[in-house]
Amino acid sequence: MMELRRRTLDQIRVGEKLPDLSIPVTATSVVLGALASRDWRPMHHDKDFAQQRNGVRHIFVNTPHNAAYFERYITDWTGPYGRLGRIQFRMKDSVFPGDTMVFRGEVCQVETDDLGCGWVELDLSLEVEGRTTTSCKARVAVPVDENDNPWKRTGKAWKP
Amino acid sequence: MPDLPEEVRSWIGARRYVQEGEFDVERGYIFTSCASVENGNPLFWDEEAARRITGGWIAPPTMISVWFRPHYWAPNRTQPAQPLQVHFDLKEKLGLPEAVMTDNTIVFREPVRPGDRLRTYQVLRSVSEPKTTKLGRGRFWVIDVEYENQRGESVGTESYTGFGYRREG
Repeated sequence: MMELRRRTLDQIRVGEKLPDLSIPVTATSVVLGALASRDWRPMHHDKDFAQQRNGVRHIFVNTPHNAAYFERYITDWTGPYGRLGRIQFRMKDSVFPGDTMVFRGEVCQVETDDLGCGWVELDLSLEVEGRTTTSCKARVAVPVDENDNPWKRTGKAWKP
Repeated sequence: MPDLPEEVRSWIGARRYVQEGEFDVERGYIFTSCASVENGNPLFWDEEAARRITGGWIAPPTMISVWFRPHYWAPNRTQPAQPLQVHFDLKEKLGLPEAVMTDNTIVFREPVRPGDRLRTYQVLRSVSEPKTTKLGRGRFWVIDVEYENQRGESVGTESYTGFGYRREG
């Protein structure tokens, strides 16, 4: 079995920074993300269309692919016991082949809800050449101790 | 918003495009999605880990919109179906040929699992007054997409803010 790291709530502090994650973008990765999310719109695979219809320089990363990157960034940090409750992002600019994406994050709140679920609020960003192209806030549940597992919560016991 | 067409006003708050996914949630797409972002979370790759932590395989939560996006082509379909149809209806009815998504919020509830068949519907929440941005002149709108599994349990809500516009010059 793969290693099952369990980052628990008591190990997390407000102001803690997540490790940066740097990812080069290629035309292949843009198209792969678009097709993985079943997004057949041409601006995500047809450079001529993107330039002529959208007025941008190349095909660009689509919304669900962007979300999948943030999910990966968050759960790389929490480990598999981390359970996303809510994610909000604002795309300010597009990401194109040739760009290098840098994901950054910081813990802005740590709390336990009235049902005992541990929650971490994260401020995250996706930057290209120092510009923030997407800002993101996420609310993710983590175990409160070694015996807890947020994935066991269901129905009204889960308050994302 | 007196300047909005009556038909568009009638969409605000209405449940539209109730539909069932065209296929069951399946692991092939889960692998493709994980590969597209190099997501090595053991929940999607290690059966024992998935059994221990999530009671079996699940899909990455952010894949929630993937499961109802229509096939690009299907027999007897006369034109390509559009995901997020309310967004495209707005572009057409408001005469705004281009559009981008600006904000996206997703709330995740019950996990989505291979074999699930999701249902969805769309609700237009708001349409702004005309605004000018660096892209052109147009309007912002907010659309909620609700998702349920085959047992009627909510698996999530996705809220999109779009900007439909006409390029200037």
